[in-house]
Amino acid sequence: MVTIEVNGRELKAKAGDMLIEVTDEAGIDIPRFCYHKKLSISASCRQCLVEVKNAPKPLPACATPVMEGMKVFTRSPLALAAQKGTMEFLLINHPLDCPICDQGGECELQDVAVACGSDASRFVEGKRVVPAKNIGPLIATEMTRCIHCTRCVRFGEEIAGIREMGATGRGEHMVIGTYIEKSIDSELSGNIIDLCPVGALTSKPFRFSARAWELTQVEGVAPHDSVGSNLHLHLRSNKVMRVAPKDNESINECWISDRDRFSYQGLYSDDRLTVPKIKQSGEWQDVTWEVALDMAAAGLQEIGEGEQIATLVSPSSTLEELYLAQKVTRGLGSNNIDYRLRQGDFRLDGAEPAFSWLGLKISEIENLNAALLVGSNTRKEQPILAHNLRKAAVSGAKVHFINPLQLELNYTAGQQLTTPAGMVQSLAAVAKALGATGEGAAAKVIDKAVADDDAKAIASALKDADKAAVMLGNIAAAHPDYSILCVLASVVANASGATFGFLAEAANSVGARLAGAMPHLLPGAKVAAEKGLDVMKLQKLPRKGYLLLGAEPGYDFWDAGLTRNALESADLVVALNTHTSPALEAAADIMLPIAAFAETSGTYVNTAGEWQSFRGAVKPLGEARPAWKVLRVLGNLLDQEDCEYTSSEQVRDELASLCEGVMPDNSVGKTESADLQSAVDGLIRIGDVPPYALDSLVRRASALQQTKDAAPAAICINAEEAKKAGLADCDSAVVTQDGREATLPVSIDANIPDGCVRISAGLAGTETLGAQFGEVTLEKA
Amino acid sequence: MVNEVCLRTLDLDRPWLLEQYQSRGGYEMLTRILKEKTPPEEIIEEVKKSGLRGRGGAGFPTGLKWSFISRNAPGQKYVVCNSDEGEPGTFKDRDILRYNPHQLVEGMIIAAYAIGATQGYNYIRGEFWEPYERFEAALKEAREAGFLGENLLDSGFDFELHAHLGGGAYVCGEETALLESIEGKKGQPRFKPPFPAHFGLYGRPTIINNTESLASIPMILKEGGPWFADIGVKNSGGSKLFSISGNLNNPGVFEIPMGTPFSELLEMAGGVKGGRKLKAVIPGGSSAPVIPGEQMMDLTMDYDAIAEAGSMLGSGAVIVLDDTNCMVKVLERMSYFYHEESCGQCTPCREGTGWLYRVISRIENGQGRQEDLDLLNDVAARISGRTICALGDAAAGPVAGMLKHFRDEFQYHIDHKKCLVGAG
Repeated sequence: MVTIEVNGRELKAKAGDMLIEVTDEAGIDIPRFCYHKKLSISASCRQCLVEVKNAPKPLPACATPVMEGMKVFTRSPLALAAQKGTMEFLLINHPLDCPICDQGGECELQDVAVACGSDASRFVEGKRVVPAKNIGPLIATEMTRCIHCTRCVRFGEEIAGIREMGATGRGEHMVIGTYIEKSIDSELSGNIIDLCPVGALTSKPFRFSARAWELTQVEGVAPHDSVGSNLHLHLRSNKVMRVAPKDNESINECWISDRDRFSYQGLYSDDRLTVPKIKQSGEWQDVTWEVALDMAAAGLQEIGEGEQIATLVSPSSTLEELYLAQKVTRGLGSNNIDYRLRQGDFRLDGAEPAFSWLGLKISEIENLNAALLVGSNTRKEQPILAHNLRKAAVSGAKVHFINPLQLELNYTAGQQLTTPAGMVQSLAAVAKALGATGEGAAAKVIDKAVADDDAKAIASALKDADKAAVMLGNIAAAHPDYSILCVLASVVANASGATFGFLAEAANSVGARLAGAMPHLLPGAKVAAEKGLDVMKLQKLPRKGYLLLGAEPGYDFWDAGLTRNALESADLVVALNTHTSPALEAAADIMLPIAAFAETSGTYVNTAGEWQSFRGAVKPLGEARPAWKVLRVLGNLLDQEDCEYTSSEQVRDELASLCEGVMPDNSVGKTESADLQSAVDGLIRIGDVPPYALDSLVRRASALQQTKDAAPAAICINAEEAKKAGLADCDSAVVTQDGREATLPVSIDANIPDGCVRISAGLAGTETLGAQFGEVTLEKA
Repeated sequence: MVNEVCLRTLDLDRPWLLEQYQSRGGYEMLTRILKEKTPPEEIIEEVKKSGLRGRGGAGFPTGLKWSFISRNAPGQKYVVCNSDEGEPGTFKDRDILRYNPHQLVEGMIIAAYAIGATQGYNYIRGEFWEPYERFEAALKEAREAGFLGENLLDSGFDFELHAHLGGGAYVCGEETALLESIEGKKGQPRFKPPFPAHFGLYGRPTIINNTESLASIPMILKEGGPWFADIGVKNSGGSKLFSISGNLNNPGVFEIPMGTPFSELLEMAGGVKGGRKLKAVIPGGSSAPVIPGEQMMDLTMDYDAIAEAGSMLGSGAVIVLDDTNCMVKVLERMSYFYHEESCGQCTPCREGTGWLYRVISRIENGQGRQEDLDLLNDVAARISGRTICALGDAAAGPVAGMLKHFRDEFQYHIDHKKCLVGAG
């Protein structure tokens, strides 16, 4: 520690820290543009020049390390002259278009100009003009306003891990942009909107729709991935106008993914469900809540037998919604509730961990020295978590993947590309290389495995690392042999001394377990005495009545075709949804409009086991109501006991008391079945869920749907396999799965392994197909 | 005495050939060092004694620079030669590359030996095609003769040297921008510290010296540091190459002892063309403030004398202006250069150089306003000392110098919308 003096005030500081970090900490304001706490130091804007005693020239506070006894003056005549000098330079070529600039009112240049600027300019020459560029659907550019701070450039290099923005040209002709008309495709790209200190980079969807000073800011939690990024929702007239990150150093730092930033657009899509509807003689009719709820309650009661009722809930639902959904279901005498809509293998039920989680804190990921990710495209699935993993990799961690897709990574990692069945063998080989034998099914597959060089490399990376982790991702969770992968991953982690963890799929996948939204678990992750059926059995053995919560047939289920059959054969389908769709309208009998993201209070438990509650920011659209209220009233109408909640907090607190003392735990039991359900004779479908197909909200976020990551459904196949199937790039082909068909374009993709065809799920055009992972045949259309 | 160090082989036929260089004792020093395994500390000590100061323009003591590198630090280290020579008026390194490339190669190998580097780069100005070819030819000869490559002369010391042709940016003559450029990045100076001695090429310890500095090394070691120091004067050891250009009868490169009177240099360059009056001299490249002719005639060519006169010796580029020159026009041309060559990284230089140029251009074109003169001084002062590298200072320096000594010409332009020189 050293002692310095700033403006006569004594400050303690860590030797080597930059002056600006120390003054920021102490609340002493020094203007800056290029400096940002999370980016490397550029020291180029020269706005933070301050006077340091005995230094011949004013020094940039962002690049001046503190030293014992240093005397600094941030407002002395010399410092002010330097700051004013820089401000004058910055303004000479900056347009005076604040009245029509979206940054107006929240512009760092405007703010500093008030403090350091002059009322009139001495510059009488012509100003520079730079053409705006189209860099994609998310970010609007007005490059004449750019002050060349290079924050966006450094963000790409250092945080997003992809050099998308850069500077071309020299001097005054220097222009920030992409390389030859390229678009910005990073999944974290929207952060450059926040980073840009001026109106050069602004939000395209938000553009010209509101002024900063008209907006109210409230806090929220991101509803998509399992990271639970903290948000600021910006509201006007009961409408979410835009979303920005809220700093939380232990979760999302100061970043959010594009999905979390732009998905709010889905709130206002045309197919938002805003009134209760019932189907009468095949026609949908708007009704009052009273009528709709009475009908729903009566219909459910009519079914009579509890086991004939199934409740299928989306893991994007809040903890309160999930808790009440299971309460109502169990109140009807049924344990048939499940949130694992995209899981395909339930052989581990009962032996899997009840309160499964990441195994570590999100902020601990960057300290890992090695990691093995099985069945995970974490960069697209949990972008913020992937950013932490990248930090680890960049500082030397050995990261390996075992996947049925070659990933586009933004760091160096080992990637084992193999078929779904091959994934099991590869993981078993790692276990073998570690000398593990396993029990039950694991023992059988490990016994047969061959520890090749790849497996040995992964094994030694995990074993030699000080801190290592083995993690299962979304692709693993949807794998037909998830049970075996899970057991093997646990064996590998145990044998290598690594932490075992789950990269949960959705915002509340972990919360759903605590809320008891599973057929064999009660709230508090307690084992149920009577077990219900899992989501797969509930469809294969169709029930008479279904209650859907936030789940969209055709898009949110592992086997879209199976879901459709089950729902269509049911007597009653009550859907509590935010949006409608043709598939939902075909399947449902009653549609109850519920509050979407930002419209309801609630709680999410992220993959690190952290509970984060939020309040409703805006009133639900139309007649939509928060789902917890709808479920409460349904419980009342069904004459269920203890259903008199008056606030979501009350619901949460009741669940919290049931969860008291429940600790996250990833210990996995054993399973006996070692049959590889992923072993097929022909081609197997890889039905990953693309990032912007994850849930109802993001599927309707119009700007995100125009990005590269929102490519329409296609048959992606490598050239070799395409040749075998007699297909060429851009052909149209009929894919047949379980007797159901879809016609899709062919896309030759070298990232797909032999024996596989990638037909992503959750996309329009795939509603008729079968399992996310299952045998398919292809034929030229 | 002239041509004692870098141009000492100039009298030979095709002096750039290895055999010619060796006929004057070329590579003998290197051979001796490698055979005797001379301790590197001794070499650095000798360079310190020579008083050699960086010949690129900044004049930082070369021996001191070398001593900043920890020779025994593990990992790769680099020697880089700065042959970017972009300062307007400077063309001396070009002649070293053309006529005595082997002495530079030998100097670089010795420098590498002294700091424990095994890789070297010579960054040659993009427009220097002929010198680049000469240097590449010299590298080939040296490689074939066993002076470059692995295990030089069975000493166990490895060194490989590469020529790298620049892309034509003045700012790449700034040493850290040069390193960025070698790394394949946009040529922009780095913020310092850290200095290249600690964080240089590819983040490794690096020494980077001017062509003339490195080419002086073999002679300094052969004849001894004090010999070199004694050629010059106090604080300005050795001889120096001066590129003298402008309104002269015999412009060119002259290697003369430091401290030689300007009047003698002017005489070597054949005097002012047509016997006209010496109006002004820019003594150290275009970024050096101008000195009026009469004052210059009393000065000697060394660091201290020129600094005392309010300018700098810089790279030794002497630009001679006779009384036919309009100083507004001269400044306009120079300001245009800095405006075009600013890398654009720091605000004051990016924005200020263009502003300066536009105001001066207005004055030159009869659209000057009375307040422009103070504005120019003020803008120059707001650039000076507030940028990452010295380009900002270089752009500001000439403005202040011109307005100090020739304000009346600017005033005349503003008052009469035409040129004082042309009007006379």
